[in-house]
This record gives sequence, C-alpha cells and structure tokens, in this order.
Amino acid sequence: MIELETRILARNDALAAKNRAWFAGREILALNLVSSPGSGKTTLLEHTIRDLSAELKIYVVEGDQATANDGERIRAAGAPAVQVNTGTGCHLEADMVARGLRELQPGAGSVVMIENVGNLVCPSMFDLGERAKVVILSVTEGEDKPLKYPHMFRAAEIMVLNKIDLLPHVDFDVSQAVTNARTVNPDITVFQLSARTGEGLADWYGWLRRELSKAGEAVFA
Amino acid sequence: MHELGITRNVIAIVGDAAKGRRVRRVNLDVGELSGVMPDAIAFCFETVARGTMLEGATLEIRKIEGRARCDSCGLELVTRTLFTACSCGSRRLTRLQGEELNIKSMELEEEVA
Repeated sequence: MIELETRILARNDALAAKNRAWFAGREILALNLVSSPGSGKTTLLEHTIRDLSAELKIYVVEGDQATANDGERIRAAGAPAVQVNTGTGCHLEADMVARGLRELQPGAGSVVMIENVGNLVCPSMFDLGERAKVVILSVTEGEDKPLKYPHMFRAAEIMVLNKIDLLPHVDFDVSQAVTNARTVNPDITVFQLSARTGEGLADWYGWLRRELSKAGEAVFA
Repeated sequence: MHELGITRNVIAIVGDAAKGRRVRRVNLDVGELSGVMPDAIAFCFETVARGTMLEGATLEIRKIEGRARCDSCGLELVTRTLFTACSCGSRRLTRLQGEELNIKSMELEEEVA
C-alpha cells in the first residue's frame, strides 16, 4: 500500500494558485462569472464595459463550448476579449484561463472578467484563481435555483439578480430567491439589477470599484 | 458529467505515482457534500483506465459524511445537505468534513507477488 494523500483536483488547484499570484502581482481584480445559459452574463459585461470604460480597464476571458459570438460582442462594447472554447468541456479550468491570459495580456490595475461556460454545476468545483465567483440568476428562471444548485450558490460571494425590468411580467418571488440563496450561503451579497435597462447597476459598480482598490492594496499588505 | 474529468485526474495522478508499475487497487475518499457522485466515478473508471497502468485495477471509494460546527452555539452536527441548519437555527457553519476529493492510496501488483 502506497499512501498518496493527494487532492484529485491538485493540478487545477496549483495552476489556479499560479493565476491568483499572477493577478495579485499586477493588482488585477479577477472575477469568475457563472450562471445558467441565457441569464445575461454577456449583457451585464457589455453594459459594465460601456459605463466604466473611461474609469477602469476591463479585459474579458470568454468561455463557451463553441463559437466566438460572445467575444465579438465584448470587443464591440469596447473591451479586449479572448475566446476560450472548451469543446466538449462543460467548464473552464485554470490552465485554459492561463492560456487566455497569455493572449489577452491584461494591464496592471485592471479588471479581468472570466465569463464561464453557462452551467451551474461543474464550474463551482474548479478554481480559476479568481478573487470571487459572481453567480448571475435572472428572474425568468425559477427562484428555487439556489436550492437546485446549492454548490454554486455556496461557492459564490455575489449573486446578481438580473432582468428585474421583467418582474411585472413573470411570477418570480424576489424575496424568496434571496432567502433561498441565503439558505445555502448566509453571507452572499445580492445585487438586483437589469443589465438591459441599467437599473440597479450603481451598486454593482460600487462593489467593483471597492474590490479593485483592495486588489491594489493587497500587494504591500 | 464532471465526474469524467475527475476520473481522468485520478488516473493521471495515480499513473504518475506508479512510475510504470501496474496498479492493483486505488482508494479514494469522496465527501458526501463534494458535489461528485461516487457511482459516476466508478462508472467512468474502467473505461478511462483502459490502456493505462490502472487497467483492471479495483477502485475503492470511501464516502465521508458531512460534519460541521455551528459558529453560533458550537454544536457539532452531521450535515446531510448544504442546507442543513443547526438546531439553534443558525446556518453559519464551519465545515469539518464531507467535501473531500482525495486519492488516499494505491496498491501495486508487485507488492503482492
């Protein structure tokens, strides 16, 4: 019997730690955006880039199984983007992000948004080296999603509740959704917004600014 | 099916550690709150092991139950799901075990011979 005592995801964890150190050394705020397909991750990024481009530099790593559509949307919004196709893979792994970063070359003091594959299951298990996971839930989905996919909502620090402009047209109970999210993660921070109309984006921007300034302070802490 | 990727990692790590020797048995610890289904790993294992030093090896998976300590009252409790709350009502828990995804050990063919 040979003792191994190794984490199964040790290789990914080591590469994620390398990414994290790379980000820290450049005072970069890196976020891992996760959600179901169609919840509005790319729209949120487009609006954020358009509103904040004068103030902060945003770079995007786009993960999708196929197509370069999202990368093109991000570039049209005014941010450098690199598309990482995962093929049959259902999530991004740390080495794919590292490859994307080599191509993207994000500048010091910038924000790197990693848009994961639309999937609420496996991306929760794979650390990419991000500062935080941001889970996006839209009001056209069920308010019980945090209970159906507890690992993801537990792994996330922020829940963006998107498409609130559609609330008058759908049976979505906002307070129940927030309660469900806090059932699996009592400390989750919730931003309610519409990436389409811009309503509620100010709180999200405020959080981004604060976290980016913390990324700058961390180097000499 | 992230279990396929998980199983590939197991085969790669154990295969490296075996350094060309045939592997007879692999022991894993999988937490009940890890988000990974042991049955699905077992299902993938035989196929992924084919053509490697792990072909034909026995896969033993020990399931680790979830345990946590309540941050409010200090009680230690079994957590069957991620929604489990403490009897005092608090959901702020420090997880003690149940999220493991570890390769414990392996046995090589030559050890037995």
